[in-house]
Amino acid sequence: MSMNTQGRPTRPSDNAASNASGAALLPDEPLLVEIGDTDHSGVDLPEVEIDGSRLGGHMRQTPLDLPGLTEPEAMRHYVRLSRLNYSIDGGMYPLGSCTMKHNPRLNEKTARLPGFADLHPLQPLSTVQGALGVMRELAHWLMQLTNTSAVALSPKAGAHGELCGMMAIKAAQEARGEAHRNIVLVPESAHGTNPATAAFLGYKVRDVPAREDGTVDVEAVKAALGPDVAAIMLTNPNTCGLFEPQIIEIAEAVHDAGAFFYCDGANFNAIMGVVRPGDLGIDAMHINLHKTFSTPHGGGGPGAGPVVLSEALAPYAPVPFVRVAGDGLELVEHEKGTDAFGRLTAFHGQMGMYVRALTYMLSHGADGLSQAARDAVLNANYVKARLEDLFSAPFNGQPCMHEALFDDSFLEGTGVSTLDFAKATIDEGYHPMTMYFPLVVHGAMLIEPTESESRQTLDHFIGVMRNLAEDAKSGNAVRFTDAPQRAPRRRLDETRAARSPKLKWTAEPVRQQAAE
Amino acid sequence: MGVTRFTEEHEYVSAENGVGTVGITEYAQEQLGDIVFVELPSVGAKFHKGDEVAVVESVKAASEIYAPVGGTVTEINEALNGDPGLVNSDPTGSGWLFRITLDDAGELDTLMDGDAYAAHIA
Amino acid sequence: MRYLPHSDADRAEMLGVIGVDTVQDLFRAVPESALDHPPIDLPDHQAEFAVEAHMRALAGANRAAGDGPFFIGAGAYRHHVPASVDHLIQRSEWLTAYTPYQPEVSQGTLQMLFEFQTQVANLTGMDVANASMYDGSTATAEAVLMARRLTRRQRVVLSGGLHPQYRDVVRTYAGTGDDELVCLPSSPEGQRDIISELDETTAAIVVQTPDFYGHLRDVKSLADAAHEKGALLIVVVTEILSLGLLEAPGALGADIVVGEGQSLGNALSFGGPYVGLMATRSNFVRQMPGRLCGETVDAEGRRGFVLTLSTREQHIRREKATSNICTNSGLCALAFSIHLGLLGEAGLKRLARLNHARAIALADALARVPGIEVLNQTFFNEMTVRLGKPASAVVDALAARGILAGLPVSRLEPDRPELDRLLVLAATELTTDADIAALAKALQEVLA
Repeated sequence: MSMNTQGRPTRPSDNAASNASGAALLPDEPLLVEIGDTDHSGVDLPEVEIDGSRLGGHMRQTPLDLPGLTEPEAMRHYVRLSRLNYSIDGGMYPLGSCTMKHNPRLNEKTARLPGFADLHPLQPLSTVQGALGVMRELAHWLMQLTNTSAVALSPKAGAHGELCGMMAIKAAQEARGEAHRNIVLVPESAHGTNPATAAFLGYKVRDVPAREDGTVDVEAVKAALGPDVAAIMLTNPNTCGLFEPQIIEIAEAVHDAGAFFYCDGANFNAIMGVVRPGDLGIDAMHINLHKTFSTPHGGGGPGAGPVVLSEALAPYAPVPFVRVAGDGLELVEHEKGTDAFGRLTAFHGQMGMYVRALTYMLSHGADGLSQAARDAVLNANYVKARLEDLFSAPFNGQPCMHEALFDDSFLEGTGVSTLDFAKATIDEGYHPMTMYFPLVVHGAMLIEPTESESRQTLDHFIGVMRNLAEDAKSGNAVRFTDAPQRAPRRRLDETRAARSPKLKWTAEPVRQQAAE
Repeated sequence: MGVTRFTEEHEYVSAENGVGTVGITEYAQEQLGDIVFVELPSVGAKFHKGDEVAVVESVKAASEIYAPVGGTVTEINEALNGDPGLVNSDPTGSGWLFRITLDDAGELDTLMDGDAYAAHIA
Repeated sequence: MRYLPHSDADRAEMLGVIGVDTVQDLFRAVPESALDHPPIDLPDHQAEFAVEAHMRALAGANRAAGDGPFFIGAGAYRHHVPASVDHLIQRSEWLTAYTPYQPEVSQGTLQMLFEFQTQVANLTGMDVANASMYDGSTATAEAVLMARRLTRRQRVVLSGGLHPQYRDVVRTYAGTGDDELVCLPSSPEGQRDIISELDETTAAIVVQTPDFYGHLRDVKSLADAAHEKGALLIVVVTEILSLGLLEAPGALGADIVVGEGQSLGNALSFGGPYVGLMATRSNFVRQMPGRLCGETVDAEGRRGFVLTLSTREQHIRREKATSNICTNSGLCALAFSIHLGLLGEAGLKRLARLNHARAIALADALARVPGIEVLNQTFFNEMTVRLGKPASAVVDALAARGILAGLPVSRLEPDRPELDRLLVLAATELTTDADIAALAKALQEVLA
C-alpha cells in the first residue's frame, strides 16, 4: 500500500475523475500533498550525520509532514497550476486602480544580475557602491518627476508608504509641539488603506463628502479643517478617475490650517512626466513601483512604495537613506544625529524592485514616461467615449484621466448586477474591471486599460463590452447570473469558506479510506 | 408580557422582566446577506446605550451592533459560534445575539415601536 | 518607443473618436500653473542594450556574495535556489497576475497560497498561517499589535536576542503613544532572563530563536512563564531553514510565530523583496492581519479556493481593519513554496543538517584561531565570536582580501562599545572547507 505517515495516498487512485474542467489544456491539478510524499525530493544533497551536541536538546520531534516532488513532477504541478491564472501577458487586465501594465522583461534580466541578486544587505559598504548607486539614481528620478526634495525608499508597498508618510507628518507635528492634532480628513472615495493607515497611527478619521461631479470641494475641506486636524489624505487623480481641479486651493487651505497634505500616489501613472505633484503643494506621496513603474504584481506582491517628501517633511524620513560621502556613497542606518522618525523594515527596502523600476525609467526616459501617461489617459477616454452611450458614466463633466468609471444604472431592471456583469466578461476572455469601488457610486465598474494596450485590443474589448451591455438590456440575464461558465471554476461559495474556514490541508478520513 | 422596540440601526430589543434580548431585524439580515461570523461581547460587560457591543459579518461587510439600551450583558447566544446562519434564518428567534439588563427602562421609550420601525424601513 | 503600441495615426484617430483635438485637451482639469513647469531634467528613452549596459555597470560596482568566501547572515542567508524555482516564477501566469480577487480565473495563485499556508503551518507547528507579509521584521511588528488586540493589554517585552533592526521596526510601529514597549539591551549572553520582565499587564514577550547571536532559546519554558501571567509568546525565526532540524515553536507553546522566509526560494537581493511568515492558533485567526486563502466549492461542487475572512482587511473594514497591509509578497511566497515543495520533508531535513554540519566545521575552525573566542554553546548555522580587535576593522581588512567575513555587531549597535569586538558569522550548504580555511588563515594574520 502506498501511504505516508499521515495516512494519505502518495499517488492518485486509478479511478481519478476525468478532466473536470472540460478543457483539454487545462486539467485540474491535485494539491501538492496529494501528489507528493515526504520521501520524495527534487534536490540532491549529501546525507550528513550530526550528533546534536550543539543543539542543546532542541532537536525537532514534531513531524514536518511536508510533501516533496522531484523536478519533473514539480515543473508539471506549477505549470499546470499557473494555467488556471489570468495574466497581463495573456490578455488585457482592465482593473481600475491597479495599473496592470506590461512588465518589460529587461527589468527581470537586470534584477537577476549577480551584482544585484546575489548581494547581502549587510556587506561592507565598500562592496555595495553599485547598489547604493541604484538607490540614489532611483531617488533622483522620483524627485525629478515629482519636484520634491527627498524620498524615503524603504516602504515595501503602497500601504507601507502611507504609513511612512503619515509617520513623517506625525513626527513633524510633534517637533512643532502640535501633537494634539488627532484628526485626519479622508474623502469617501479613498482607498481602504487610507483610513486604515490613519487609524493605525491613532488618528480619528473624518470623512469629506464628494461633490456631485466626483471631485472634492475645497469649501468642504475648509469646513472640515480645524486646529485638531493633522492632515488630509487625498488621492489624485482620484479613485473616480478624475483630476482634482481644486487641488492647489485644497493644498493651500490645508497648509493655512497648519495641517499637511498626504497624497495617495496610486494613480500617478496618469500624470507622470506631465504634472509634478510637488507643484500642487503635496507634502508626501507614495509611489507604487508595482503600478506606475511596471514591477510585476506577482499574484499579490511584492510591491514597493517609496514616498517623496516636501522640504518640511524631509528631515523626518526614516532610516536608512543614501547620501554622498567623499567620493563614494554611504548609507545612513541609524537615527542618531538625524530627525528620522524610525525604521520601517529590516535592511534597506525592495532592492529587486528598485532595479526593475530604474530599468523601466531608463528605458522610457523623460519623453517615454510622459508619452506613457498621455497614452494611458487617451486609452481610458477612448474606452469611455465608445461605451458611454450604452453604459452609465456618473461623472461626465470633464474627461477622465487614466481610468473610466461607470455605475450600474444602465443595468437597472435587467436583473443583472455589477458582479454578474463582471463575471460575464470572464466568459468573454477578459479579466473583470474593478467592481464596487470607489464606494461613492452605486455598483461601480472602474476600467483602467493602461498605455500598454493597442487600439486593436481596445476595440475588441469595447466590442465585447458593448455586446454584453446590449445582451443584458435585451433580457438575457441568465448569461450573466450563471457566469462564468467557461472559466476553470464556476462561482465559488464564499459563505461556506468563511463560515467554517479551512485554511490548510488536513488529512480527511474519507481520503484515507479511499486509499486502502 | 414583553415589549419589543427598534433602533434606526436595525437592532431590536425585546424587554421582559428587566432584561432585554437584542438582535438584528429581518430587514437587516436581508440587507447583510449570509452571515458568516458574529463577534459577541463577554458576559458581565457593561455598556451605555449606543456603545458598540457586537459585530455581525457577512462575506463582504462587517456591521457594528450598538447597544439599544444601557446595561450589563447577562447572556450571549453561544449557538451562533457554530451556526452564524441562525441570524439569517431566524433573526428574531433563535438568531438573537445577547441579553442585557435594562438599567434604565426609560431608554426603551426613546426607541421605535413596531409601526414606527415599519415606516422607517418602508 | 518599444513599450507603447500606438502610432501617431492611431492617436489622432482615437482623439477624433473622443471628440477632442489634442491629448492636452484631456488634461484640461489640471490647473494651468501645474502644466507649465520647466522641462523635466532627465534623459530621453534609450535602446534596450544601452539600458542593460548602464545597469550592468552599476551591478559591476558591487561585489557579489558568490565572488569569494562569504559568511554573512544576520537575517538574510545565502542558500542555493534550484534553477527550476526561478524559471517557474517567471512564467507569465505567475509573474503578471494580480491579487486573486477574481477566484474563477485565479485558481493557480489561490491553490498555491493554500499550499503555502499548509507548509508554513506545518513548519512552525501552528494551526494556521496567512498568505504572507512583507518580511520578517514587519511581520514581527504586526504580531506585537495582534497580541495587544488579543490580550487587550499594552505592555510588550522584546528579548535582547532579537535582531536589532527588527527591534527598531517594532519600536517604530508599536512604540508610540502611551503603549509600553520594553526593549531589553541587545546581548550575546544567551538566554537573558526575559521571564523576570513578565507581569499581569504584559501582552506578549517576543523571543527570537535561533537568536541574533545564533543561540537556541528554550521556547517551552518561555511559553509556560508567559502563559502563567496571561501573556502571549511571540517566537521570531529569521532562518526558517532551522525548523528542518529544530523543534517547531508551536509544539512548545508559542502563540504567534513570525519569520523571514527568504532562505527558501529567494535571492539575497540586498535585503528585499523577501517574504514574511506569520502563523498562529486557530482561535486567534480573526485578529491575524494579512490575506488568507481558504478551501470551498464552486457552483458545481468542485473544490476551489478563495480569499476568505476578508472582513479583517482594509478594503472592507477600512479604519477598523487589523492592519493596513494590502499588497504582500505573493511571488516570493510562490518561490518559497516551490523550493520547499522540491525539498520535501526529506530534503529539508538533509539541507538543515548540512547547514548545521557546515556551521560546526566553521565554529571548530574559528575556535582554533588564536585571539578568537566562540561564544555559542548552541547554534544552528550562525554563531558569534569575540575578537581581539574591533570587528569592523577586521571585516574591512578581510574584505580587502576578498573574504566577506561576517557582520560586525557594531554595524547595527554603534552605540554599544562593549559589543565592538563581536562578529556574527553564518555558514550554509554553500560554505566549503576551502572557504573556512581561507577565513581562518586570514583572521589569524589580521588578528596577529
